Amino acid sequence: MHGAFLSYLVVGIVIGCLYALTASGLVVTYTTSGIFNFAHGAIGMFMAFTYWQLAVGWHVPVPIALLLTLFVLAPLMGALVERIFIRPLYGASLGVTLVVTLGLLLLLLGVANAVWSPTVTRNLPPILMGHQVTIFGVVVSFYQLMVLVVSVAVAVVLRVLFTRTRVGITMRAVVDDRELTAMAGTSPHRTAQLSWALGASMAALAGILIAPLEHLDQLNLTLLVVTGYAAAVVGRLRSVPLTVLGAMLLGLLNSYAVGYLPSNWLSDLQPVLPMAVLFIMLLVMRPGRLAAGRVTGRITARIPSAQQSLLASALFVAAAVVASRLLSPSNLITAGAGLVIGLIALSLVLLTGFSGQVSLCQMTFAGAGAFVMGKTFGGSSIFGLVLAVIVPAAVGGLLAAAVLRLRGLYLALATLAFAYAADSLFFNHFLGFGGILKVGRVRIGLPTTQRGYFVLIAVVFAAVAAGLMALRRGPVGRLLAAMNDSEVACASVGLNITWVKILVFTLSAGIAGLGGAFYGGWQHEVGPNDFYFLFSLILLLLITIAGIDTVTGAFAAAIFYALQPQIARWVPIVSINYILVGVGAAMLGRNTGGVIGQMSAQREWLRARLGRGPTTEPLAVLDDGRDVAGALS
Amino acid sequence: MPAPSAEVMTASAGPGRAPVVEMFDVHAGYGKVAVLRGVNLTVPRGSVFALLGPNGAGKSTLLKVAGGRLVPTSGCVHVAGRHVNGTPPETFARAGVCSIPDQGVFPNLTVAENIRVFTHAGGVSASAAEERAFSRFPRLAERRRQLAGTLSGGERQMLAMARAFVNDPAVLLLDEISMGLAPMIVAQLYEVVGGLADEGITVVLVEQFAQAALRVATYAAIMKQGRIERVGEPGDIRDELAGAYLGGHQ
Ligand SMILES: Nc1ncnc2c1ncn2[C@@H]1O[C@H](COP(=O)(O)OP(=O)(O)OP(=O)(O)O)[C@@H](O)[C@H]1O
Ligand SMILES: [Mg+2]
Repeated sequence: MHGAFLSYLVVGIVIGCLYALTASGLVVTYTTSGIFNFAHGAIGMFMAFTYWQLAVGWHVPVPIALLLTLFVLAPLMGALVERIFIRPLYGASLGVTLVVTLGLLLLLLGVANAVWSPTVTRNLPPILMGHQVTIFGVVVSFYQLMVLVVSVAVAVVLRVLFTRTRVGITMRAVVDDRELTAMAGTSPHRTAQLSWALGASMAALAGILIAPLEHLDQLNLTLLVVTGYAAAVVGRLRSVPLTVLGAMLLGLLNSYAVGYLPSNWLSDLQPVLPMAVLFIMLLVMRPGRLAAGRVTGRITARIPSAQQSLLASALFVAAAVVASRLLSPSNLITAGAGLVIGLIALSLVLLTGFSGQVSLCQMTFAGAGAFVMGKTFGGSSIFGLVLAVIVPAAVGGLLAAAVLRLRGLYLALATLAFAYAADSLFFNHFLGFGGILKVGRVRIGLPTTQRGYFVLIAVVFAAVAAGLMALRRGPVGRLLAAMNDSEVACASVGLNITWVKILVFTLSAGIAGLGGAFYGGWQHEVGPNDFYFLFSLILLLLITIAGIDTVTGAFAAAIFYALQPQIARWVPIVSINYILVGVGAAMLGRNTGGVIGQMSAQREWLRARLGRGPTTEPLAVLDDGRDVAGALS
Repeated sequence: MPAPSAEVMTASAGPGRAPVVEMFDVHAGYGKVAVLRGVNLTVPRGSVFALLGPNGAGKSTLLKVAGGRLVPTSGCVHVAGRHVNGTPPETFARAGVCSIPDQGVFPNLTVAENIRVFTHAGGVSASAAEERAFSRFPRLAERRRQLAGTLSGGERQMLAMARAFVNDPAVLLLDEISMGLAPMIVAQLYEVVGGLADEGITVVLVEQFAQAALRVATYAAIMKQGRIERVGEPGDIRDELAGAYLGGHQ
């Protein structure tokens, strides 16, 4: 018993070290460039695969492959990533930086899938495997010792770098004030590039050290960083020592959970422990400071008048009727699938597009909608549909009430944690979703044939879209736009934004639930894989690429989704859809309005040329993103 | 290309002594907002040049252009006789153009770390830089380990000004160093500026308190609505100031 306890301690510490490496890399990038790199794990994954390619694929001697990966290729990749994707982001809003790094995650995942087929099993060459020593009666492998030594060494090197060397101090200075760094004679670009190179090296190190514990797997390695997020939040994204502490706790928690949790349904908690810690940390954290608005010079999408949006809705439904007659049965299936996704995407138009809050759990709400639809009133009742809206809305409202003190990045992380936990504890769990669920099509006197149902979905889509436009035109919409612009300004003129935010979150979850119910009806049956948390992320990226603040954007997302199978047929690359969405999102730093925004900007330009004058909304001009509350407190 | 202001030209003329900063018909702005509308300016070597004018005249913008922090939309900027449009600000800094914006410090770094960042790579050593800074501003030495963000306004301004001593700049661009500070500290800071000028460093300073600036200035200019309205000796400018501020100047 005692021996086992100590063994688990060793395992826990080693896992904690690995978490710490990942998480401190994340913190280093964040503190030195001000951008939270969701793709940190993906970079580590990509480098672990690169290392495999060198050492196993091309038989480069292990030490050379290691050195090459850690000190040449990884920094090079970090520097390139900074140059191509990150540099346009300085001064951008948080939502954009989030989408760009998430896009990078997806892009790297897609490319890794395309280059290294996921169906082949790969193992990294063992480093120091097989040797072991016994300390206080506990068997410790050389590999475990090495992880420990390397982690401590990295911690020491970082400490010295950031407090004792000029280049390290300058990296911290750049986050404080880019312009001033330039005025002091150091290029902020070069410095930021250096810190991304460093971050990528650390990601690579973590990836390579972790990989021997299991097979090389693109997704697992990428998502390992999610545990890193939890540890980083313990360090409030800034403090490396606290982050290491958090990582150690998580490692021990993990190890002892594996060892001692009874093997009934409780043991299913083990994989979500990091998420639970992340979620609890976010809940108990002191509310973050308000970040003041920034002058982003964003052109908000033009809002159509009531007549215009009604006309557009009517035309849309008419087009859907025609399409339902013209499309072949198989094409109709994909078109309908696209349309339900578009319906779910509308929930993001409201939440993210109008009110500027980021959610990474919309598919979870959709799944809840499908679940309620399938489980209640025989699976095809209108009451079931109503419940499918109400229940996710209620869940969304509760979640919002719990996490809305949080802002921006923390809110995104909380919704991610929620989606991740829902995945393990609800969708994949026999007590929850439990495997495949049959979902019926709502009966309201209309035929439930493919064509009829397709038109019904189109009607619902058009109605929700028109409703959102009406909302946007009204006082609530203006309030949301103001809130999107600057929460500080809203708070300072006495608008109570918390309730508005909860309301918007609730409404948006309800729309997602509605979409989920139709999604289920369209597919006839749904499984946990339909609502995998990564899809929430992809949905957010897709709609952001299309243009997040217009319902047209949701429609464009629907079209892309429907075209996916076709694209996959045209381009025989594994994960081509990931690559496309990833590239699109990662390039958003250059054009934050998305495709529709770009088109609308061009229209404005044309209008201006034609002498009709611009129709851009004036944006509130505050100070340059400095901490207002911080300055006051 | 219009000729630079005659008065100043004669004062600075001489072989091999190109004016430190020259601007010819410079236009600049932010996005669609035009701020500078044809600025002509010559700052002679070794002068203390005070830039005065009402709020929003474009004084800070002019300093940004002179420090390479804002690229003009048209016109020419010369530093030490060289055309420098579009050169990045860090290159300006390395070439000896030291821009010091109001309280320009890194709040999350300690005083010592701030000074460390002020030194360019390959410039003075960290200890030498600290010695230079602390000899001018002994108050900072006591606060060596304190975060710059927690310093008082005056101390923060001292720290910002310390950058001028660390790097041996040729030109110093100062924007409203007196903002929000007690008169005694302002007097102290201007004493320091005077000392720098005596060492031969050219100083361009923007100031709301015209009297304080004119006391140390060798030349002064009045700026209004994006143009230099008048350039001259401090004495002449003082007489015209009231008119300029009240808008009575034709
Ligand atoms: N970052 C910016 N974006 C847009 N407009 C700006 C920006 N900075 C300044 N402006 C505008 O440019 C004009 C000139 O500003 P500037 O700061 O140069 O004036 P100033 O003469 O320094 O005024 P003050 O004496 O108040 O400091 C102002 O109308 C200001 O609103
Ligand atoms: Mg100013």
